[in-house]
Amino acid sequence: MLAKIHITFKDGVLDPQGKAVHRALKDLEYNEVSEVKMGKYLELQLDETSIEEAEGRVSEMCEKLFANTVIESYRFTVEPAE
Amino acid sequence: MKCGVVVFPGSNCDHDCFHILRHVFKLDTEWIWHKDNVNLSKFDLIVLPGGFSYGDYLRAGAIAQFSSVMKEVIQFANSGGIVLGICNGFQVLVEAGLLPGALIQNCTQKFICKTVSLRVENTSTPFSSECLEKSVLSIPIAHHQGSYFIDPEGLNQLEDNQQIVFRYCSSVGEVTDEFNPNGSVNNIAGIVNEGRNVMGLMPHPERCADPAWSNIDGQLIFKSIIKKLHSGASL
Repeated sequence: MLAKIHITFKDGVLDPQGKAVHRALKDLEYNEVSEVKMGKYLELQLDETSIEEAEGRVSEMCEKLFANTVIESYRFTVEPAE
Repeated sequence: MKCGVVVFPGSNCDHDCFHILRHVFKLDTEWIWHKDNVNLSKFDLIVLPGGFSYGDYLRAGAIAQFSSVMKEVIQFANSGGIVLGICNGFQVLVEAGLLPGALIQNCTQKFICKTVSLRVENTSTPFSSECLEKSVLSIPIAHHQGSYFIDPEGLNQLEDNQQIVFRYCSSVGEVTDEFNPNGSVNNIAGIVNEGRNVMGLMPHPERCADPAWSNIDGQLIFKSIIKKLHSGASL
């Protein structure tokens, strides 16, 4: 199975990289962009199991290791491997 | 009095800490390798040194928090043992949940290496009792992820419980944004836990504690710890 995980800063946490990229976009006159959040992306290859069980395990991994929930939030999808 | 300096793969201020404890303060000091399952009860002080444990992969301190030695450090801290986390050691302590909050990338986006001024906010801790209230120390910082963050509720708790030990300030002690090098909330440079036996700080007292150098302000922190441990009083 394949899990795709996105981790980004929570609202209210300073994201200097996102801000710098946003300023660069403004310099390039992409004025329609109102906010940029920089984060992390992970892909996990998992043993085949039910989607529900895999989601439960990945959620645990996010809480324990991948995200620091003091500053970051996470979201993910789990799908059968191709 | 026995001190232990934890060594993670990527620690790089471990020798400085060891040097100050063993050679400057003449304390019985041992290395503790991160894979060791050593019982820490024989120690009086555990130091988590600065550096880049596990290459700062994922987040600074994120992987170190699960090393074998950290299980023992958590137990040591929970039973009242004195733990000092410097720089990366501070990052490991917040990741491990021994201190509240988190450390994120500096607002400047840059690695900052310079001597800064710190105002002593609380002298009633085992780490700061030798300092004068509101005195200003000069101590170097060297970090990229040193911006202290905590949500407003957590910040209120830190302020109310007087858990903030050091704040970034001007050379005469003004705490303003201008003298905040990295964007830390309320200029926070170092905090203690509620039990006052665990301190984390981003500045490096071990880099200014050898009398061979002109600045020895860092000695005050080590002298405070030594005084506390020699007095034998419980926290």
